[in-house]
Amino acid sequence: MLTSKRLILAHFWLAFAVFGLALLLGAWQMLVRSPLHGWLGNPEWYYRSLTAHGSVMGYVFPTLVAMGFGYAISESALAQPLVGRRWAWAGFGLIVAGAIMAMVPVALGHASVLYTFYPPLIGNPFYYIGVVLVVVGSWIWVALMSINLRIWKRANPDKPVPLAMFANVAGAYLWAWTAVGAALELLLQIIPAAVGLTSTIDAGLARVFFSWTLHAIVYFWLMPTYIAYYTIVPRAIGGKVYSDAMARIAFILFLVVAMPIGIHHSFMDPEVGAGFKFVHSAFTALVALPTLLTVFTICASVEIAGRLRGGRGLFGWIAALPWRNPIMLALAFSFLMLGFGGAGGLVNMSYQLDTTIHNTQWITGHFHLIFGGAIVIMYFAIAYDLWPHLTGRALASLRLMRLQLWLWFVGMIVTTFPWHWVGILGMPRRMAYFDYTDPALAADAFSVTLSAVGGFILVLSGILFLVVLLRGQTAPHADSGAYRFATAVHPPVRVPAALNGYALWVALMIGLTVTNYGYPILQLATRHGTAVPAVYVGGQR
Amino acid sequence: MTVAPSASPGDHGDSAEVAARIERRWATLSVVIVVLLAAMAAFAGIHQATMPQARVETIDPATLHLGGEFVESNLGSALEPDGSVTVRAIGQQYSFAPQCMVVPADTPITFRATSPDVVHGFLIVGTNINTMLVPGYISSLPVRFDRPGEHPMPCQEYCGVGHEGMWAKVKVIDKAAFMTAIAGQRRLTCVD
Repeated sequence: MLTSKRLILAHFWLAFAVFGLALLLGAWQMLVRSPLHGWLGNPEWYYRSLTAHGSVMGYVFPTLVAMGFGYAISESALAQPLVGRRWAWAGFGLIVAGAIMAMVPVALGHASVLYTFYPPLIGNPFYYIGVVLVVVGSWIWVALMSINLRIWKRANPDKPVPLAMFANVAGAYLWAWTAVGAALELLLQIIPAAVGLTSTIDAGLARVFFSWTLHAIVYFWLMPTYIAYYTIVPRAIGGKVYSDAMARIAFILFLVVAMPIGIHHSFMDPEVGAGFKFVHSAFTALVALPTLLTVFTICASVEIAGRLRGGRGLFGWIAALPWRNPIMLALAFSFLMLGFGGAGGLVNMSYQLDTTIHNTQWITGHFHLIFGGAIVIMYFAIAYDLWPHLTGRALASLRLMRLQLWLWFVGMIVTTFPWHWVGILGMPRRMAYFDYTDPALAADAFSVTLSAVGGFILVLSGILFLVVLLRGQTAPHADSGAYRFATAVHPPVRVPAALNGYALWVALMIGLTVTNYGYPILQLATRHGTAVPAVYVGGQR
Repeated sequence: MTVAPSASPGDHGDSAEVAARIERRWATLSVVIVVLLAAMAAFAGIHQATMPQARVETIDPATLHLGGEFVESNLGSALEPDGSVTVRAIGQQYSFAPQCMVVPADTPITFRATSPDVVHGFLIVGTNINTMLVPGYISSLPVRFDRPGEHPMPCQEYCGVGHEGMWAKVKVIDKAAFMTAIAGQRRLTCVD
């Protein structure tokens, strides 16, 4: 029962529009730093573009997808109209205002600090205030998800919360708490320096604050994808969810262990001691757990579909799967990229191996494969699945969708595999150009060129995606029925309170963050003589 | 009167039990994998002492050029009484000092570096020597080069619009040649 269709469509359209723009910037960056292009006359253009690409892809695009999808889940899984639709529009408005406010100074070259901020570099204050507005807008969504669930629970005591909504609210709480780290950095350190209230910054403290957000934000990006794995895919391919309880446990694990692991981004940093680095490394291993559980449950759910379709034998069910169904294709591509990306991630989280690839192009390759690949391809699947229910019109061409998904998959592999490779060779990140005539770098030239070609394939796929959605807006009307989510083989009749609510898990999430971050932050905050003067970029002072 | 779950319309009795058993096995295996990963890291860290920088050392970034180990005349390679070599360097917008470092092969070497302005990176291409330079802190890492050679040393962290130009060089030379070159000199650097 989708009643807030305009609201949801607005979120998705804005998300995909800014995604398209940021995708073009990304491809341009791939081109200009490759041997296909001469050195940029003004390298600042590169960092300007990189700041915009990262800020949009990291803060605006996935947030809007999570919000739009979240509203759709709340209405259809709980079968109740969204409570607080006006507030939801207000949140959307804040994101639009924040995105514009942030992107104007970036476009003018007044905030080329990259989306990871990097104090003591300080850009125009409106960039940071814009980012804060985007986050505040998304916090309205967090509150609305919580409120809508509470209302449903009051009306349906003792009933299991539908899995889609259970996972959706877990994602909301995860985001609310993970954003706090960067919010502290912005509000206590960066914005005061940007507006001129303070003139020095402790870079070490800022890096630890940001690491709090930097890793768990990936799990926030991941949530819509995992929700789609569990609640869209089995239904779309004619299967059943293997286990409802295990799905709940996976989402709870994400909520609890995604946060207290961020210092693995700071293994090479001198401001944190080895003890806490090891603690965070061990906890990072723990976060592989929900993904391992998910891979099992989803493969089993897909197998159910294959066998229901007549597949026999150990592997016969794979051939029996509906491979012409775009959702099936998207899932397969997503899992492949998750597998490769996850294997790379094990290297990054390793206490020992990380030194070889830290801050090299390997890292950029890694998170593009995981986020741009495994996660975003399921955003496409969510849009394809949801669109007919939002527009009341059918998406006509399955062929076009399959072509788009194939191009995205191939493009992502062609982009990221050479990217990983040059990282192992020691090519550093975030440089506007490289001197490929230097014998030490000449070996990278071919791989970087290949990567750029992958980028162009991705642009092609992105354009096709928007074409499919646009055509869906003008197709003839067709009734696609109520929007449903996958059901479990053994639907839950009653669920233990621990798997039906969050009180315990949110407490554990906050508690673990405090134990794993409290001491390092306190130590850094009380240390004197390590602050440096802010370095203003963009020449506005 | 309450209805037991097993008597509900969704009565799946045995099959549900089978599903749960398979699932528990996989979950156990997953936990074992995770524990093994953490144990391997702990073993390599404690037994082979391969781990990120263990100690936190601070330095006032405002005065490091005026006195102490990072004054200009003290940068470069120094021969220690025990035969090891200490290399001190500074990363700043947008260059390293010294711009060319020279070290002996097959010798214990300690790199000590810091930044007086923004965050920089310290990466020696072709090795796993890689660390961050954060103002206020000294990055210190013990290394050893197996054989002579030349390595580019880029800044690997965005440090401003001149970041792409921030490259230094590390020359690893034969140990005997290094000892000859440093004889009679307090600190040794090279010219790229």
